[in-house]
Amino acid sequence: MNAVLETFLTDEIGPLPFCPGCGHDRLIKALDQALVKLQPDPKKVVIVTDIGCIGLADRYFTTHAFHGLHGRSITYACGLKLARPELTVIVLKGDGGCGIGGAHLLNVARRNIGITLIVANNFNYGMTGGQHSVTTPTDGLTATTPQGNIEGAMDLCATTIAAGAPWAYRGTGFDRDLADRIADAIRQPGFAMLDIWDMCTAYYLPRNQLKKKDLSGMMERLGLPAGLLADKQRPEYGEQYRKIHAQAKQAVRRRPGISAKYGHALNQQTGIVIAGSAGQKIRSAAALFAQAGMFANLEATQKDDYPITVMTGHSITEIILSPERIDYTAIDSPGYFVVVSEDGLQKSKALIKALASGATLYAEESLDLPETDARVVRLPIVATAKKINRLSIGIVALGAMLADSGLFPMDAFKESISTLQKKVIAEVNLQALDAGARILQSECD
Amino acid sequence: MALEFLEGNEAIARGAMKANCNFFAGYPITPSSSILQHMLDLLPRDGGIAVQAEDEIASIGFCIGAAMAGSKVLTATSGPGISLYSENIGLAIIGETPMVIVNVQRQGPATGSATKGAEGDIQFTRWCTSGGLPVIVLSPATVGEAYELTFHAFNLSERYRVPVFLLTNKEIGLTRESVDLDAIELPSPVERKRVAMGEEYLPHDFDYPSAVPAFADFGGEHITRFTTSTHDKAAFLATSPPLIQEMIDHYTAKVDAAADELALVKQHLEDGAETLIVSYGITSRSAAVAAREARAIGVKVSTLCLQTLYPVPRTALISAMNGISKIIVPEMNMGQYILEVERLAPAGIEIIGVNKMDTTLISPDEILEQGGLR
Repeated sequence: MNAVLETFLTDEIGPLPFCPGCGHDRLIKALDQALVKLQPDPKKVVIVTDIGCIGLADRYFTTHAFHGLHGRSITYACGLKLARPELTVIVLKGDGGCGIGGAHLLNVARRNIGITLIVANNFNYGMTGGQHSVTTPTDGLTATTPQGNIEGAMDLCATTIAAGAPWAYRGTGFDRDLADRIADAIRQPGFAMLDIWDMCTAYYLPRNQLKKKDLSGMMERLGLPAGLLADKQRPEYGEQYRKIHAQAKQAVRRRPGISAKYGHALNQQTGIVIAGSAGQKIRSAAALFAQAGMFANLEATQKDDYPITVMTGHSITEIILSPERIDYTAIDSPGYFVVVSEDGLQKSKALIKALASGATLYAEESLDLPETDARVVRLPIVATAKKINRLSIGIVALGAMLADSGLFPMDAFKESISTLQKKVIAEVNLQALDAGARILQSECD
Repeated sequence: MALEFLEGNEAIARGAMKANCNFFAGYPITPSSSILQHMLDLLPRDGGIAVQAEDEIASIGFCIGAAMAGSKVLTATSGPGISLYSENIGLAIIGETPMVIVNVQRQGPATGSATKGAEGDIQFTRWCTSGGLPVIVLSPATVGEAYELTFHAFNLSERYRVPVFLLTNKEIGLTRESVDLDAIELPSPVERKRVAMGEEYLPHDFDYPSAVPAFADFGGEHITRFTTSTHDKAAFLATSPPLIQEMIDHYTAKVDAAADELALVKQHLEDGAETLIVSYGITSRSAAVAAREARAIGVKVSTLCLQTLYPVPRTALISAMNGISKIIVPEMNMGQYILEVERLAPAGIEIIGVNKMDTTLISPDEILEQGGLR
């Protein structure tokens, strides 16, 4: 049994550094008393501080101390807590940090990560000369509001409660039960927020002729209540995270590997472009085709181009196949071009016009094609696919293209589909492939 | 041999898992979002944590917190996100935080061409935070290298307690390639040196400037401290100029001293070649084709492809420049790494930048023509 710790503060580096009469002194001592009351193992406690006068405090604790960037203390605290859920993580930040780090304040409350946040709220930036902050009361005099503050004061408790904070308390540094309330906050499994109002004797107090007992009056005038303002637990984020993932835990599904088992008819790097519409499964059909090439002992690359919206506009995929390593992954002059829809045609008209005479263009027969030097093969792709499945246009087109070009054996394409796709989908795609491969045959019949 | 058809972003996630990464935080941004997606898929199954944060600042903040608690952390973004990481990168440097940061570059500035490739963040990555202290920057050219260098990035970050960047490009991140990851030989994952039980602990202790301090986890058996402020070896605020300089020298020396060890390069030096192509990233692949085509028409060309960009692989660069009268530096930016080459090249060497920022790859033809190789 460890000895009872009588304090979590050290005087090794001297007394607390705050200005005479500064409220931070009282707050730090109240936090110490709260820790004495709770008696955690100091090795399991991290005091995380922000920039600002209160950020001078972490190093006076015998616990771990983490002093981070202005406004970002909550983010480090969340990282520490997520990585080591057994830690008691206490953030000390000022009202200034609540402004610059507003997004983190909202999001830690919303996520409900089990850290304790103590805001040492003295209505101005003490460290930089008494400028106004997000909590400076309207009419408050500061270095940057010499005519009186025309901004409204942020209600830190209401804001975090609205964002989802399950536990929130507002008080002052003079409250006799402050240490008990801090202890209550630390005991919460979820996010706990303490908005502790106090005196900046260097700047805010002299400028505003504030007296120590005025703090409660200020709360009343601003309509901001004191006391426990929320106490409604809900699952803590990290705990919930681990729980749902433990339930869903399963080995990573590795895709089946591809082994090069077929031959091919390519003697150089060859570019293939497939141009269609979103929703026609162009990208997945192209990926199956490229991987079929890999079954046929070819190297392959694939790049996709599509608008950021889904199910509308073009979908254009570039495949490169090569008997050797592919270095240059752009297609300056495609060997094969497949166009199956008006969207694809519109987006690639310039490319089609520029096709070389050695290239082949496979086009849906209903499309109005531009002039090109390429050999043109018009095919009833859409009509053929319609008989099978509207999502099979890409496979039908590539099946026809492969049958005509003979780049590699049709069996490689079949193997790609049946190995890499779920059985139900593979069956439809094998039908589509077969239908695509027969188009030219039947045209010749 | 089992081939897969992978994009670079997935290879990065796989490399991170191979290196025992157990914490990821990120924010969606094209073209790096699929790294977030893959880590969300891979990490929780393995007992790790992968989260989408509220913004980039929170992403790197979560990662720094988790790293100091002992996790091996990864975050990934694109250039605009690095802008938001900037201040925290300085924090990771001064706090000697091991972490890996991926930048899948896209064409900028600002939102730029969000879905298109570029390599405009080269000098930005080296000088990405105030103070100008060194970081390590690796840049893959292929999907396989994205996997391999991610793994190395973790090892280097653990060994040197410094943020390590993997600087890649939409053109690698989102291009699928046939690759056999299992065939890539990797060393063992490195774990940061931790302070021995019972030993007295100083968070930034070192006997000589380039020594890397032992680490104690937040929440471990040693009480530890971390601070964004200038500090001494005990992580207490330091105000004495000699002490401040001693710490600055330490952060600098530990990375610089390892420059040769960190110099990952791939070179093809030809006897009697007068031309050298210095390249990195995706453009290395066009450089390789250009060199092959030049050789085919009887022009001798050496190539030096840099996988480590920073610290600058000086020895490799200087030795490759031996006997060279012309250096070609193709870059998908308006001329950034060429500054490092110019700094090292002896007087009298002609240095030609082949530069383009129209979102398309620099072609072998452009290198050959603008480099005067045909």
